[in-house]
Amino acid sequence: MTQSTQAPLLQMRGIVKEFPGVRALDGVDLDVRAGEVHCLLGQNGAGKSTLIKVLSGFHQPDEGTITWNGEPTSFSTPAKAIEHGVATIYQELDLVPHLDVTENVFLGHEVSRAGFTQRSQARQQVRDLLARLGHSEISPTRIVGDLPPAAQQVVSMARALSHDTKLLILDEPSAVLDGEEVKNLFRVIRDLTEEGVAVVYISHRLEEIREIGDRITVLKDGRTVATGLAVADTPTPELIKLMTGRAIEYVFPPRPEEDRARGDVVLDVQDLTLAGVFRGVNLTVHAGEIVGLAGLVGAGRSEILETLYGARRASAGTVTVDGKRMRRGSVTATVQAGVGLAPEERKSQGLFLDEAVFRNITMSTMGRFARLGFLNRREERRRAEELTTSLDVRPAGVGRAVRTLSGGNQQKVVLARWLLRECRVLLLDEPTRGVDVGARSELYQLVRSLADSGVAVVVVSSEIEEVLGLADRVLVVREGVVVHESSATELDEATVLDLVMEGKVSA
Amino acid sequence: MSQDSVRVEQAALETEREPNPVLAVLRTSVGRNAGLVVALLLICIVGAITAGGRFTDLDNAQTILRLAAVTGVVSIGMTFVIIGGGIDLSVGAIVALSSVWCTTLSTRMMAEDTHWLVMVGVALLVGSACGLVNGLLIAYGNIVPFIMTLAMLASARGLAEIISDKKTQTLGGGGVDVGGFNDFFNRDLLGVDVQIWLFVVVSVIGWIMLNRMTFGRRTVAVGGNPEAARLAGINVKRQTVYLYVLIGFCCGIAALMLVAKTTTGSSTHGNLLELDAIAAVVIGGTLLTGGRGTIVGTVLGVLIFSTITNIFILNNRSFSEQSLFKGAIIVAAVLLQQRLASRNSST
Repeated sequence: MTQSTQAPLLQMRGIVKEFPGVRALDGVDLDVRAGEVHCLLGQNGAGKSTLIKVLSGFHQPDEGTITWNGEPTSFSTPAKAIEHGVATIYQELDLVPHLDVTENVFLGHEVSRAGFTQRSQARQQVRDLLARLGHSEISPTRIVGDLPPAAQQVVSMARALSHDTKLLILDEPSAVLDGEEVKNLFRVIRDLTEEGVAVVYISHRLEEIREIGDRITVLKDGRTVATGLAVADTPTPELIKLMTGRAIEYVFPPRPEEDRARGDVVLDVQDLTLAGVFRGVNLTVHAGEIVGLAGLVGAGRSEILETLYGARRASAGTVTVDGKRMRRGSVTATVQAGVGLAPEERKSQGLFLDEAVFRNITMSTMGRFARLGFLNRREERRRAEELTTSLDVRPAGVGRAVRTLSGGNQQKVVLARWLLRECRVLLLDEPTRGVDVGARSELYQLVRSLADSGVAVVVVSSEIEEVLGLADRVLVVREGVVVHESSATELDEATVLDLVMEGKVSA
Repeated sequence: MSQDSVRVEQAALETEREPNPVLAVLRTSVGRNAGLVVALLLICIVGAITAGGRFTDLDNAQTILRLAAVTGVVSIGMTFVIIGGGIDLSVGAIVALSSVWCTTLSTRMMAEDTHWLVMVGVALLVGSACGLVNGLLIAYGNIVPFIMTLAMLASARGLAEIISDKKTQTLGGGGVDVGGFNDFFNRDLLGVDVQIWLFVVVSVIGWIMLNRMTFGRRTVAVGGNPEAARLAGINVKRQTVYLYVLIGFCCGIAALMLVAKTTTGSSTHGNLLELDAIAAVVIGGTLLTGGRGTIVGTVLGVLIFSTITNIFILNNRSFSEQSLFKGAIIVAAVLLQQRLASRNSST
C-alpha cells in the first residue's frame, strides 16, 4: 500500500448532478491514487450511488470536471468508462444467470475470430483470471445462476479484470458475504492494489474500512465534507460526526404532551419472522403513536412492514389489528381490518401513474362509491376534492394524471387514499423519498396530525434524523433483528448510527 | 412550497404541452377513437368508389355488421382480458367446443323436451367453464396467460373433436327439431338482425362495465399496475379469474350465434378467431401491456376489419389478398400506437 505523492489517477472537482426536484450531488470532490483503497462513506441518500454512476458513465454530471491520468475526461457512456479502465461491481450483481461463467465474463467483448466465438481460448483466459482471484475452484463452464452469491461476485470481479482495469469500484461488496469470504475478498483487493489498481470501496461497516482502507472521503447531502482522510488517523466518533452534521434542518412537528404509549393497542405484532430475512420481531403500536423503524437498507425494515401488511407471507408469528388476528399473506384482509401502506417505491408500488388523481384516491374504497357495482363518479370526485384541498395537493384538479404531480404531492395522494378509508394503522415506507425539502415538513405535519386523530403510525426511513424527529418510539433493526427499542427522545443520531452499523453503542 | 417543488411542478406542466397538436389529440382516448372513425370513413369511401352502389346499399351495411357480430362479441371480452394484463388465445377453440356441446343429440333432445334455452345455457356454461379453468390456472397456478390459453386452445378443440367425432352436427340432425332456437337467433328486430343486436347489447354492457362499474376500474388497475393494485387491497387473483370467465361467457354467446348462422355445431367453428379478436382490440388502441383501452376503439377495430373484408369480397378479390392487407394494417396501427406510447412515457 504505497502512499506516493504522484498525481492522482482520478480527480473529480465540484461534481453536480441534478434530478427533477433533487440535487443528488452538490459539489463533490474526490481524488483517487493508483494502488490505494479509497473508502467512500456517507449515510443513505448522501449521494454515493449517484457518484458511482457518474464515474461509471451512467449519469453525466451537470457541472464539474473529471481528470483521468492527468487529462480532462468525460465518461459519456458506460462503454467509454470501461474503455478508460473503470470497472464497477454493483450491489445488485449484473450477471446473466442463464449463461455460464465464461460467457458472463466476456459478455459484450467475446473472444472471437470472424464472428465465431473461440470457446476454449476464452475458457483458458477465464481460468487464469479466476486463479488470479484465488478461486480456481470455480469452473468456467458453470451456469452463473447456480453459483452462491460470493462466487457470483468473484465472477463479476473476473469480468472487471478481463478489461484492462485501472480503477475498480466496489459497492457494498461484503453485503452478500460471510466472514471467511470477506477475508478472501480483502486478500484479492490487496493483490490488485499491489499491481497498481485503485479501488473505491463503499461499505457501511466501519470495521471493514479500518481493515482494508487507506483513505476516506465522506459525503453528506450530496457534498464532500471531508476528503483524503487517512484511515489510521481518523477515530470513529470523528467519522460519525462528519456523516451526521447537517446543513439543512428539517422542521418536525412537536410531540404531544401526553404519553401516547398508554393509548389502546391498535397494532400488535408478535414474534413475526420471515425466513432468511428477519426474525422474532415484536412491535406494539398504540392509537395516536408514531413508531419508527431505523436501520440500513437491507436490514429488513421494509420487509417487516410488507410482511405485517400481508404482502409477504410470514413464516411465523402473529399480527393483530384491533384485537383481530390477521390471516397470513392476505393484503385484502389486512386492508379490510383498517391497515394502509404507503410503499417504498411510490411510483411502481403505490400509484397508477396514468390514472386520474381521484381514481388513485378511491382505489381502496371503491365499494363505498358503488351501488350494485355501478360507481357514483360525482361522489368520488367530490370526496377526492375534499381530501386534496385539505392536504393542499398542488396543482389542484382531481382529474389530472398522477404522473404530472411532484413527488411530495404524489405521496399526499397515497396518504389521501388511506385517509378516505379512515384506516386505523398507517404504514409508511420511506415517506419522503424523492420528496423535496420544502414539501417534507408538510408531510411530517400531516403524519403527526393523523396520529393526533388516533391513527397508529409506523414509519420506516433510511434517514435516521427523520425517524428520530418524527417518531415517538424507535426500534433499531440490524440484520433482521430488532437490536434496540426506546423512546425517540432518548436517542441521538450518532447512537442510532452506532446501533445500525455495529449493533451496539460504542464508547 | 419551496422553490424546488415549484420548479418541478412547472416542469410537469410544461411536459404536458405537446409540440405536435395532431399527436396530442390522438393521445387521448377520445381523439384516438376519432382517428379510427376517420380511418373507417376513408375505407368506406374506398368501398364506395370501387364497388359503387353494391357497397353503399343499406343491405350491405347489415351484411358488414353481420360479418362483424361474432368476432365483435369475442373482441369485447378480449378487450377486458387485455386491459387486465392478459391475453386469451383459446377463444376460437372455446367457441368450437361450446358450439359442439350445445348441438349434441342429447342436448338437443333435452331442449326439444323442455325449451330451446337449454342449448343457450349449455353453450354459455361450457364457455364460462373453460374461462374458469383458464383463469384459475393463470391466477393461482401462476401459468403465464399466453401458455395457459395456448394449452386450452389445443385441449378445447381436441375435446370438441372427440365429442362430435369430427362430424358436423346439424341443428335438425337425428330427427330432433329445436325450431325455436333457430327462429330466435335468425329473427329480425326492428328490421335489424338479432345477431347484430347481440353485438350491440354486448358492446353497450361492456362499455358500462368498463367505464361505470367497479369491475372495469379494477380491471384497469390490475392491468395497469398489478403490484400497486395488490398493495391497495384489490384481490388481483380473483379479478383475473373473473376476466377469463367473462371472455369464456362471450365465447359462449359467439358460439350460439355461429350455430344459428350455420345451423351447425362443429369442431372447426371459430378457427383463427383469436387472431381476428386480438387484431381488432389492438387496432382499437388497447395496449397489449394492459391498463389502457376502450370498448369504442374495439368496436371500431372490428368494423374496420369487417368493412375491409366486405370491400374485398365485393371486388372479387381473394381471401389471401385480404389477409395480406389486414396484416399491413395491424403493423401500421401498432407502429402508430408505439409512437404515441413513447411520447407518453417520456413525460
